[in-house]
Amino acid sequence: MLLTNFLLLSSLLFCIGVYGVLARKNGVLVLMSIELILNAVNINLVAFGVITGTISGHVFALFIVAVAAAEVGVGLALVILIYRNRRSIDLNELDLMKG
Amino acid sequence: MDAVWGDNVAQNIAFYAIAIPMVVAALRVVTTKNVVHAALYLVVVLLGVAAQFIVLGAEFIAATQVLVYVGAIVVLLLFGVMLTRARLGHDAEVDNEPAQRLAGGLVAVVLFALMTFAVFDQWQDVTLPEERYQSVAVVSDSIFSTYLVPFEATSVLLLAALIGAIVLARRD
Repeated sequence: MLLTNFLLLSSLLFCIGVYGVLARKNGVLVLMSIELILNAVNINLVAFGVITGTISGHVFALFIVAVAAAEVGVGLALVILIYRNRRSIDLNELDLMKG
Repeated sequence: MDAVWGDNVAQNIAFYAIAIPMVVAALRVVTTKNVVHAALYLVVVLLGVAAQFIVLGAEFIAATQVLVYVGAIVVLLLFGVMLTRARLGHDAEVDNEPAQRLAGGLVAVVLFALMTFAVFDQWQDVTLPEERYQSVAVVSDSIFSTYLVPFEATSVLLLAALIGAIVLARRD
């Protein structure tokens, strides 16, 4: 089967994730869109690993899964901290560092 | 016919049978107004990604995907939904104003067009090898020899993230 199948599916998921990051203002939903982006990259890595016949793509995908777990842990801690301080996770209201 | 379908029709049918629900669910993740529904649609996407890994012959990553993403990360996200007291059910306050949504859609469409062009320009007619099963033994041999240092770095990263999350989220 063709490599472009997987690459196109991956780019579609990536673009949907980009839209989600830009169009949402709820912090948890933005984290979900980032998960979509990371998964798109994983499909790409495994597909390219199969094409090159090496195991590197698989191993990198595993590392990305681990990093995604860490990212969600810290990201949710931040969201909960913001909610506790401001009673809202609306990302548009986070303008403390705006110049 | 071969240019469109590659050389193995059964695998292509499996690919599309998995890919189409994935894309629909992904679109629902970014458009639904219900936060809990978004998390449940995300489960469909993640299981679809695991199924695509099996089509690609990467069984260990498929199992890891189900365990870590569906088992842990989605549960964490649902915890986040509940701890921030998001409205269960329809919530009009989750999307940005229409102008920014339009800009986001425009960015996504242009990005997808660019990536489609690049993919077809470079990888058109490249077919995956028929033999593509990668056993767990090969993956573990690679992790514990070639990629041992990044593996240890990952464990330090996870520990740091864990401690950081506790420090951020505790009440003092």
